[in-house]
Amino acid sequence: MIDGWWTYVVIIVAGFVATDFWRWLGVLFGNRLREDSEALYWVKAVATALVMAVTAKLIVFPTGTLAASPLWLRLAAAGIGFAVFLATGRRIAVGVLVPIAILVVGLWLIGF
Amino acid sequence: MQEIDDNSGRASSWFFAGMRGILSLPALILMTSYIGFSAFALEAGLTRWQAVFMTLSIWALPAQMILVGSMLSGAHIAASFLAVTLSSIRMMPMVASIMPEMRTSRTPVWLLLFVSHFIAITSWVFALQNLRKVPKDHRLAYFSGFCVTLTLTNSVLVGIGYGLVSSFPPIIAGALFMLTPVYFLSSIWRSAQQTVVRIAFIIGVVMGPVMAYLAPGFDLLYAGIGGGTIAYLIDRRRRRNLAHSAGGAA
Repeated sequence: MIDGWWTYVVIIVAGFVATDFWRWLGVLFGNRLREDSEALYWVKAVATALVMAVTAKLIVFPTGTLAASPLWLRLAAAGIGFAVFLATGRRIAVGVLVPIAILVVGLWLIGF
Repeated sequence: MQEIDDNSGRASSWFFAGMRGILSLPALILMTSYIGFSAFALEAGLTRWQAVFMTLSIWALPAQMILVGSMLSGAHIAASFLAVTLSSIRMMPMVASIMPEMRTSRTPVWLLLFVSHFIAITSWVFALQNLRKVPKDHRLAYFSGFCVTLTLTNSVLVGIGYGLVSSFPPIIAGALFMLTPVYFLSSIWRSAQQTVVRIAFIIGVVMGPVMAYLAPGFDLLYAGIGGGTIAYLIDRRRRRNLAHSAGGAA
Protein backbone atom coordinates (compact mmCIF):
# COMPACT_ATOMS: atom_id res chain seq x y z
CA MET A 1 0.00 0.00 0.00
CA ILE A 2 1.01 3.65 -0.45
CA ASP A 3 3.50 4.69 2.20
CA GLY A 4 3.74 7.23 4.95
CA TRP A 5 2.53 10.78 4.79
CA TRP A 6 0.57 10.42 1.55
CA THR A 7 -1.78 7.92 3.23
CA TYR A 8 -2.50 10.53 5.92
CA VAL A 9 -3.23 13.13 3.23
CA VAL A 10 -5.70 10.71 1.60
CA ILE A 11 -7.35 10.02 4.97
CA ILE A 12 -7.69 13.76 5.72
CA VAL A 13 -8.93 14.83 2.28
CA ALA A 14 -10.93 11.81 1.07
CA GLY A 15 -12.04 10.75 4.56
CA PHE A 16 -12.22 13.55 7.13
CA VAL A 17 -13.19 16.44 4.83
CA ALA A 18 -15.45 14.25 2.66
CA THR A 19 -17.45 13.24 5.75
CA ASP A 20 -17.33 16.24 8.11
CA PHE A 21 -18.35 18.61 5.32
CA TRP A 22 -21.86 17.05 5.50
CA ARG A 23 -21.90 17.12 9.30
CA TRP A 24 -21.11 20.87 9.29
CA LEU A 25 -23.80 21.51 6.68
CA GLY A 26 -26.18 19.52 8.92
CA VAL A 27 -25.43 21.84 11.87
CA LEU A 28 -25.93 25.00 9.80
CA PHE A 29 -29.11 23.67 8.19
CA GLY A 30 -30.43 22.13 11.42
CA ASN A 31 -30.01 25.44 13.26
CA ARG A 32 -32.72 26.93 11.04
CA LEU A 33 -35.16 24.06 11.63
CA ARG A 34 -37.87 24.56 14.21
CA GLU A 35 -39.21 21.69 16.29
CA ASP A 36 -42.47 20.28 14.89
CA SER A 37 -42.08 22.14 11.60
CA GLU A 38 -42.99 20.52 8.26
CA ALA A 39 -39.35 20.85 7.17
CA LEU A 40 -38.23 18.78 10.16
CA TYR A 41 -40.68 16.01 9.19
CA TRP A 42 -39.09 15.90 5.74
CA VAL A 43 -35.52 15.95 7.12
CA LYS A 44 -36.33 13.06 9.48
CA ALA A 45 -37.85 11.07 6.60
CA VAL A 46 -34.78 11.62 4.40
CA ALA A 47 -32.35 10.76 7.24
CA THR A 48 -34.25 7.56 8.07
CA ALA A 49 -34.55 6.45 4.42
CA LEU A 50 -30.81 7.03 3.91
CA VAL A 51 -29.77 5.13 7.03
CA MET A 52 -32.09 2.22 6.21
CA ALA A 53 -30.84 2.12 2.60
CA VAL A 54 -27.26 1.83 3.91
CA THR A 55 -28.41 -0.86 6.38
CA ALA A 56 -30.24 -2.94 3.76
CA LYS A 57 -27.23 -2.70 1.44
CA LEU A 58 -24.99 -4.09 4.22
CA ILE A 59 -27.21 -7.19 4.19
CA VAL A 60 -27.86 -7.56 0.44
CA PHE A 61 -24.44 -6.43 -0.89
CA PRO A 62 -22.03 -7.05 2.01
CA THR A 63 -18.28 -6.44 1.91
CA GLY A 64 -15.73 -8.72 3.56
CA THR A 65 -16.36 -12.30 4.65
CA LEU A 66 -20.15 -12.17 4.32
CA ALA A 67 -19.87 -11.51 0.59
CA ALA A 68 -19.16 -15.23 0.12
CA SER A 69 -22.30 -16.34 2.02
CA PRO A 70 -25.60 -17.06 0.19
CA LEU A 71 -28.01 -14.13 -0.17
CA TRP A 72 -31.05 -16.25 0.75
CA LEU A 73 -29.50 -17.09 4.11
CA ARG A 74 -28.75 -13.44 4.95
CA LEU A 75 -32.26 -12.39 3.91
CA ALA A 76 -33.85 -15.25 5.88
CA ALA A 77 -31.80 -14.41 8.99
CA ALA A 78 -32.67 -10.70 8.84
CA GLY A 79 -36.32 -11.24 7.82
CA ILE A 80 -37.21 -14.00 10.27
CA GLY A 81 -35.26 -12.23 13.01
CA PHE A 82 -37.16 -8.97 12.44
CA ALA A 83 -40.52 -10.83 12.40
CA VAL A 84 -39.68 -12.50 15.73
CA PHE A 85 -38.60 -9.10 17.11
CA LEU A 86 -41.97 -7.58 16.12
CA ALA A 87 -43.96 -10.54 17.45
CA THR A 88 -42.26 -10.69 20.86
CA GLY A 89 -42.67 -7.13 22.12
CA ARG A 90 -39.92 -5.41 20.12
CA ARG A 91 -36.96 -6.10 22.41
CA ILE A 92 -33.68 -5.06 20.78
CA ALA A 93 -31.75 -8.00 22.25
CA VAL A 94 -34.20 -10.34 20.45
CA GLY A 95 -33.84 -8.35 17.22
CA VAL A 96 -30.07 -8.81 17.37
CA LEU A 97 -29.62 -12.33 18.75
CA VAL A 98 -32.24 -14.21 16.65
CA PRO A 99 -30.87 -13.18 13.21
CA ILE A 100 -27.26 -13.80 14.33
CA ALA A 101 -28.22 -17.28 15.62
CA ILE A 102 -30.01 -18.12 12.34
CA LEU A 103 -27.01 -16.91 10.33
CA VAL A 104 -24.43 -18.80 12.40
CA VAL A 105 -26.43 -22.08 12.33
CA GLY A 106 -27.09 -21.66 8.60
CA LEU A 107 -23.41 -20.97 7.80
CA TRP A 108 -22.40 -23.99 9.88
CA LEU A 109 -24.93 -26.28 8.13
CA ILE A 110 -23.71 -25.34 4.65
CA GLY A 111 -20.10 -25.84 5.76
CA PHE A 112 -19.03 -22.17 5.39
CA MET B 1 -29.28 11.22 37.34
CA GLN B 2 -32.98 12.03 37.34
CA GLU B 3 -32.70 13.46 40.86
CA ILE B 4 -30.33 16.21 39.79
CA ASP B 5 -32.07 19.53 40.26
CA ASP B 6 -32.50 21.42 37.04
CA ASN B 7 -30.74 24.56 38.20
CA SER B 8 -27.94 23.14 40.26
CA GLY B 9 -27.17 20.33 37.74
CA ARG B 10 -23.80 21.18 36.31
CA ALA B 11 -22.80 20.41 32.75
CA SER B 12 -20.04 18.09 33.97
CA SER B 13 -22.45 15.80 35.83
CA TRP B 14 -24.61 15.51 32.69
CA PHE B 15 -21.51 14.86 30.59
CA PHE B 16 -20.66 12.09 33.05
CA ALA B 17 -24.21 10.68 32.89
CA GLY B 18 -23.88 10.52 29.10
CA MET B 19 -20.54 8.72 29.38
CA ARG B 20 -22.32 5.83 31.10
CA GLY B 21 -24.11 5.11 27.81
CA ILE B 22 -20.83 3.51 26.72
CA LEU B 23 -21.91 0.40 28.65
CA SER B 24 -25.12 0.01 26.62
CA LEU B 25 -25.87 -2.73 24.07
CA PRO B 26 -25.52 -0.42 21.02
CA ALA B 27 -22.10 0.80 22.19
CA LEU B 28 -20.92 -2.78 22.73
CA ILE B 29 -22.16 -3.82 19.28
CA LEU B 30 -20.30 -0.91 17.68
CA MET B 31 -17.12 -1.91 19.55
CA THR B 32 -17.25 -5.45 18.15
CA SER B 33 -17.73 -3.94 14.68
CA TYR B 34 -14.63 -1.76 15.17
CA ILE B 35 -12.59 -4.80 16.25
CA GLY B 36 -13.69 -6.23 12.89
CA PHE B 37 -12.47 -3.02 11.22
CA SER B 38 -9.03 -3.28 12.85
CA ALA B 39 -8.66 -6.78 11.39
CA PHE B 40 -9.76 -5.47 7.97
CA ALA B 41 -7.26 -2.55 8.17
CA LEU B 42 -4.42 -4.93 8.98
CA GLU B 43 -5.33 -7.19 6.04
CA ALA B 44 -5.47 -4.14 3.76
CA GLY B 45 -1.93 -3.08 4.77
CA LEU B 46 -2.68 0.01 6.84
CA THR B 47 -0.40 0.64 9.82
CA ARG B 48 -1.76 0.66 13.37
CA TRP B 49 -1.56 4.47 13.59
CA GLN B 50 -3.22 4.95 10.22
CA ALA B 51 -6.13 2.73 11.37
CA VAL B 52 -6.45 4.71 14.63
CA PHE B 53 -6.14 8.08 12.85
CA MET B 54 -8.80 7.02 10.37
CA THR B 55 -11.22 6.08 13.16
CA LEU B 56 -10.67 9.38 15.04
CA SER B 57 -10.80 11.65 11.99
CA ILE B 58 -13.61 10.04 9.94
CA TRP B 59 -15.73 8.32 12.61
CA ALA B 60 -18.14 6.61 10.23
CA LEU B 61 -17.68 2.89 9.75
CA PRO B 62 -19.18 2.63 6.21
CA ALA B 63 -17.03 5.59 5.04
CA GLN B 64 -13.92 3.97 6.55
CA MET B 65 -14.62 0.64 4.84
CA ILE B 66 -15.20 2.42 1.52
CA LEU B 67 -12.00 4.48 1.86
CA VAL B 68 -9.86 1.44 2.69
CA GLY B 69 -11.45 -0.44 -0.22
CA SER B 70 -10.77 2.36 -2.66
CA MET B 71 -7.17 2.82 -1.41
CA LEU B 72 -6.67 -0.93 -1.90
CA SER B 73 -7.85 -0.73 -5.49
CA GLY B 74 -5.32 2.06 -6.11
CA ALA B 75 -7.99 4.67 -6.85
CA HIS B 76 -7.07 8.33 -7.44
CA ILE B 77 -7.61 10.54 -4.37
CA ALA B 78 -10.45 12.35 -6.20
CA ALA B 79 -12.26 9.06 -6.87
CA SER B 80 -11.83 8.07 -3.21
CA PHE B 81 -13.20 11.45 -2.15
CA LEU B 82 -16.27 11.01 -4.38
CA ALA B 83 -17.03 7.48 -3.14
CA VAL B 84 -16.68 8.48 0.52
CA THR B 85 -18.57 11.75 0.24
CA LEU B 86 -21.53 10.08 -1.52
CA SER B 87 -21.80 7.58 1.33
CA SER B 88 -21.58 10.39 3.91
CA ILE B 89 -24.35 12.61 2.54
CA ARG B 90 -26.64 10.94 5.07
CA MET B 91 -24.74 12.83 7.82
CA MET B 92 -26.40 16.09 6.81
CA PRO B 93 -30.06 15.15 7.47
CA MET B 94 -29.02 12.98 10.44
CA VAL B 95 -27.22 15.88 12.14
CA ALA B 96 -29.89 18.40 11.11
CA SER B 97 -32.71 16.25 12.50
CA ILE B 98 -31.33 16.18 16.05
CA MET B 99 -30.14 19.82 16.19
CA PRO B 100 -33.55 21.29 17.16
CA GLU B 101 -33.72 18.93 20.16
CA MET B 102 -30.19 19.75 21.31
CA ARG B 103 -29.47 23.43 20.84
CA THR B 104 -30.82 26.26 22.95
CA SER B 105 -30.78 29.96 22.06
CA ARG B 106 -27.49 30.27 23.97
CA THR B 107 -25.62 27.34 22.39
CA PRO B 108 -22.61 28.61 20.39
CA VAL B 109 -22.45 27.34 16.79
CA TRP B 110 -18.75 26.42 17.04
CA LEU B 111 -19.60 24.00 19.84
CA LEU B 112 -22.28 22.33 17.72
CA LEU B 113 -19.84 22.12 14.78
CA PHE B 114 -17.30 20.44 17.05
CA VAL B 115 -19.77 17.96 18.56
CA SER B 116 -21.19 17.12 15.11
CA HIS B 117 -17.92 15.34 14.28
CA PHE B 118 -18.87 12.63 16.78
CA ILE B 119 -22.32 11.99 15.29
CA ALA B 120 -22.66 8.71 13.40
CA ILE B 121 -25.47 6.16 13.21
CA THR B 122 -25.00 4.71 16.72
CA SER B 123 -24.96 8.11 18.45
CA TRP B 124 -27.85 9.31 16.27
CA VAL B 125 -29.97 6.37 17.47
CA PHE B 126 -28.81 7.12 21.05
CA ALA B 127 -30.02 10.71 20.61
CA LEU B 128 -33.40 9.57 19.27
CA GLN B 129 -33.84 7.22 22.22
CA ASN B 130 -32.50 9.28 25.14
CA LEU B 131 -32.50 13.05 24.56
CA ARG B 132 -36.17 13.45 25.46
CA LYS B 133 -35.45 12.17 28.99
CA VAL B 134 -32.95 14.98 29.65
CA PRO B 135 -33.80 18.65 30.44
CA LYS B 136 -33.18 20.69 27.30
CA ASP B 137 -30.43 22.86 28.81
CA HIS B 138 -28.33 19.78 29.55
CA ARG B 139 -28.90 17.71 26.41
CA LEU B 140 -25.76 18.87 24.61
CA ALA B 141 -23.54 18.05 27.63
CA TYR B 142 -25.25 14.67 28.05
CA PHE B 143 -25.00 13.79 24.37
CA SER B 144 -21.35 14.96 24.15
CA GLY B 145 -20.49 12.76 27.12
CA PHE B 146 -21.78 9.75 25.21
CA CYS B 147 -20.55 10.39 21.69
CA VAL B 148 -17.06 11.75 22.49
CA THR B 149 -16.43 8.82 24.84
CA LEU B 150 -17.71 6.38 22.20
CA THR B 151 -15.32 7.73 19.55
CA LEU B 152 -12.29 7.77 21.86
CA THR B 153 -13.00 4.28 23.21
CA ASN B 154 -13.32 2.82 19.73
CA SER B 155 -10.14 4.55 18.54
CA VAL B 156 -8.26 2.99 21.46
CA LEU B 157 -9.88 -0.38 20.70
CA VAL B 158 -8.74 -0.22 17.08
CA GLY B 159 -5.19 0.47 18.31
CA ILE B 160 -5.28 -2.43 20.76
CA GLY B 161 -7.18 -4.82 18.46
CA TYR B 162 -4.80 -4.21 15.54
CA GLY B 163 -2.62 -7.28 15.16
CA LEU B 164 -4.32 -9.00 18.07
CA VAL B 165 -6.73 -10.67 15.68
CA SER B 166 -5.26 -10.93 12.20
CA SER B 167 -8.28 -12.82 11.01
CA PHE B 168 -11.36 -14.45 12.50
CA PRO B 169 -12.77 -17.88 11.57
CA PRO B 170 -15.20 -17.16 8.66
CA ILE B 171 -18.37 -17.86 10.68
CA ILE B 172 -17.33 -15.45 13.48
CA ALA B 173 -16.27 -12.78 10.97
CA GLY B 174 -19.61 -13.18 9.17
CA ALA B 175 -21.56 -12.83 12.43
CA LEU B 176 -19.54 -9.69 13.29
CA PHE B 177 -20.39 -8.06 9.94
CA MET B 178 -24.07 -8.98 10.37
CA LEU B 179 -24.36 -7.49 13.90
CA THR B 180 -24.40 -3.86 12.77
CA PRO B 181 -27.23 -4.04 10.19
CA VAL B 182 -29.56 -6.22 12.32
CA TYR B 183 -28.96 -3.91 15.27
CA PHE B 184 -29.93 -0.89 13.17
CA LEU B 185 -33.09 -2.65 11.94
CA SER B 186 -34.47 -3.33 15.42
CA SER B 187 -33.21 -0.23 17.27
CA ILE B 188 -34.32 2.30 14.65
CA TRP B 189 -37.75 0.66 14.34
CA ARG B 190 -38.09 0.73 18.12
CA SER B 191 -37.06 4.38 18.41
CA ALA B 192 -39.44 5.43 15.60
CA GLN B 193 -42.15 7.41 17.37
CA GLN B 194 -43.64 9.12 14.35
CA THR B 195 -45.46 7.40 11.50
CA VAL B 196 -43.37 9.31 8.95
CA VAL B 197 -40.22 7.62 10.30
CA ARG B 198 -41.79 4.14 9.98
CA ILE B 199 -42.85 4.80 6.39
CA ALA B 200 -39.35 6.11 5.56
CA PHE B 201 -37.84 3.04 7.27
CA ILE B 202 -39.76 0.63 5.01
CA ILE B 203 -39.15 2.62 1.83
CA GLY B 204 -35.43 2.93 2.63
CA VAL B 205 -35.00 -0.79 3.27
CA VAL B 206 -36.62 -1.65 -0.09
CA MET B 207 -35.15 1.15 -2.20
CA GLY B 208 -31.56 0.85 -0.91
CA PRO B 209 -30.73 -2.51 -2.54
CA VAL B 210 -33.04 -1.95 -5.56
CA MET B 211 -31.38 1.37 -6.41
CA ALA B 212 -27.92 -0.08 -5.75
CA TYR B 213 -28.76 -2.57 -8.50
CA LEU B 214 -30.38 -0.06 -10.90
CA ALA B 215 -28.18 3.01 -10.34
CA PRO B 216 -24.92 2.03 -8.60
CA GLY B 217 -23.03 5.02 -7.23
CA PHE B 218 -26.09 7.24 -6.92
CA ASP B 219 -28.32 4.71 -5.19
CA LEU B 220 -28.18 6.42 -1.79
CA LEU B 221 -29.19 9.74 -3.32
CA TYR B 222 -32.27 8.19 -4.94
CA ALA B 223 -33.17 5.99 -1.97
CA GLY B 224 -32.52 8.76 0.58
CA ILE B 225 -33.76 11.98 -0.95
CA GLY B 226 -36.26 10.31 -3.33
CA GLY B 227 -37.46 7.66 -0.88
CA GLY B 228 -37.52 10.08 2.06
CA THR B 229 -39.56 12.62 0.08
CA ILE B 230 -42.07 9.92 -0.97
CA ALA B 231 -42.39 8.88 2.70
CA TYR B 232 -42.92 12.52 3.71
CA LEU B 233 -45.62 13.04 1.04
CA ILE B 234 -47.46 9.82 2.01
CA ASP B 235 -47.39 10.89 5.65
CA ARG B 236 -48.51 14.45 4.91
CA ARG B 237 -51.49 13.11 2.97
CA ARG B 238 -52.28 10.77 5.86
CA ARG B 239 -52.10 13.61 8.40
CA ARG B 240 -54.30 15.87 6.26
CA ASN B 241 -56.89 13.13 5.85
CA LEU B 242 -56.88 12.59 9.61
CA ALA B 243 -57.27 16.31 10.30
CA HIS B 244 -59.97 16.51 7.63
CA SER B 245 -62.03 13.60 8.97
CA ALA B 246 -61.60 14.88 12.55
CA GLY B 247 -62.78 18.30 11.41
CA GLY B 248 -65.72 16.75 9.54
CA ALA B 249 -66.78 14.76 12.57
CA ALA B 250 -66.66 17.76 14.92
